[in-house]
Amino acid sequence: MSDSTDKMDVIVVGAGLAGLSTAYFLADAGLDVLVVERGDFPGSKNVTGGRIYLHPIQDIFPDLWERAPLERHVTRERLTAMARESATTIELRSERFNRQPYHSFTILRAKFDRWFADQVAEKGAFLIPKYKVDDLVFEDGRVAGIVSDGDEIHADVVVAADGALSLMAEKAGLRRPQQPRHFAVSMKEIIELPRQTIEDRFNLEGDEGLAQLFFGELTQGMMGGGFLYTNLESISLGLVVGIESLMERDPLQEVHSLMEAFKERPEIRVLLDGGEVVEYSAHVIPEGGIRAMPKLFSDGILVVGDAAGLVLNMLVTVRGMEYALASGAMAAQAIQRAKEQDDFSASSLAYYEELLKDSFVLKDMHTFRHSLDILENPQLFNLYPQVFCDLFEKLMWMDDGPKEGLFRTVFGEMRSKLLNVSTLRDVLSLCKM
Amino acid sequence: MAIAMSIKSKLGLDAFKLDEESHIRINQEICRRDCKEKVCLFVCPAHLYSINRETGDICVEFEGCLECGTCRIACRYGALEWDYPRGGFGVQFRFG
Repeated sequence: MSDSTDKMDVIVVGAGLAGLSTAYFLADAGLDVLVVERGDFPGSKNVTGGRIYLHPIQDIFPDLWERAPLERHVTRERLTAMARESATTIELRSERFNRQPYHSFTILRAKFDRWFADQVAEKGAFLIPKYKVDDLVFEDGRVAGIVSDGDEIHADVVVAADGALSLMAEKAGLRRPQQPRHFAVSMKEIIELPRQTIEDRFNLEGDEGLAQLFFGELTQGMMGGGFLYTNLESISLGLVVGIESLMERDPLQEVHSLMEAFKERPEIRVLLDGGEVVEYSAHVIPEGGIRAMPKLFSDGILVVGDAAGLVLNMLVTVRGMEYALASGAMAAQAIQRAKEQDDFSASSLAYYEELLKDSFVLKDMHTFRHSLDILENPQLFNLYPQVFCDLFEKLMWMDDGPKEGLFRTVFGEMRSKLLNVSTLRDVLSLCKM
Repeated sequence: MAIAMSIKSKLGLDAFKLDEESHIRINQEICRRDCKEKVCLFVCPAHLYSINRETGDICVEFEGCLECGTCRIACRYGALEWDYPRGGFGVQFRFG
């Protein structure tokens, strides 16, 4: 602590990417920063699907990435539509993805966040692990610190970086209770395989990596999908389902069984052959978009990263980590300015939101504001993957009789399954994406 | 170890630091009076919720909690008093 009154300039609740990013810049600027983390070490409660895009954050952290413990740089992008008995995959391999600075990396958060926390500590921030915040301290209606096990620590600003559930934002009155519609639950397994096996199996050279997304039969008509990322010596395999979608399914389905069924698909089974599952995790993902975001600031408090709902499902990928890192950097900027003006009121901290609005963070959130409405369409997850796979199969299948002309096959299939009002409406709604 | 696994054996792979007291409290009265769907039995990725056949109570094996919060979001009746485990307790991911 900096002085006898036990008061810090800033307390950051949660050592994830957003919290650590905030602390990194504030400590660098010479402020007294305390980061508290409820896990055994930073990263021990943190989960991601698996991949971070570096270009949006290259300028914010110009010299962090070369030394960072990331996994593989992604050079292969696969999208797979899964039908009941078949699957169609498209794969992109582009040399552009193989040029430095690399576009994206697969990542394991327990490893990365722990390392990032060391960089933050080197900048001069204090970090206390195994420390859970029970409540906020309020003074004259403004947030003035944190309470843990009855002990108070005071600060000019508290940064709520406590993840998707953000109990801090709730306690500060910045948001209402969370709606099932706005969240998805993700399950993930880490499956170890020898490095060489991964490279051979996925046609990767050296540290190249692969990212694969799945949609269709695996979520049994529910909103969601699957993912596979290659790490250096393991595979991250997971499945995501919208919580409301899960609650409304008839009959209800035990969510963990979807993951096992996914692994038993022949397309997946061969990829995992000989592997050993070493960890099973689960996490919720804020997928409500810009309209589900909490208020981002109040007197003495700012909300960053997942806690602020800064996550986007863009259909072809789900992003959150870049927004977490960038929002942390902007929170730090706003707090530094507040410190210079010695004004930590809501009107001063509102500068944080202005910065976000001028950046890719809220611009992306705005561009993809219709994401959720579009995704809440069961046809995306049952009808289209099935029709697409069936059509492809029909084209490839040689029967014992004479083969129908290709155009006739395509047209017949489209007319019988896709030419109707609801699919036309879907095409129109996709234009909003 | 085989790739296909039961949920119990999957949880057995994770590192947990067990606390004596549960971080999830269930208001049985609300469950009995208001809730017919019992979605908690289905939405938990660790499959920790069950119904006690004799008493009809909803039980949670909090020791295997992955701390995702899905049950907290999914319970529409406010029957769950859900907080994170105390500092240094609960699941500790080694990969994440």
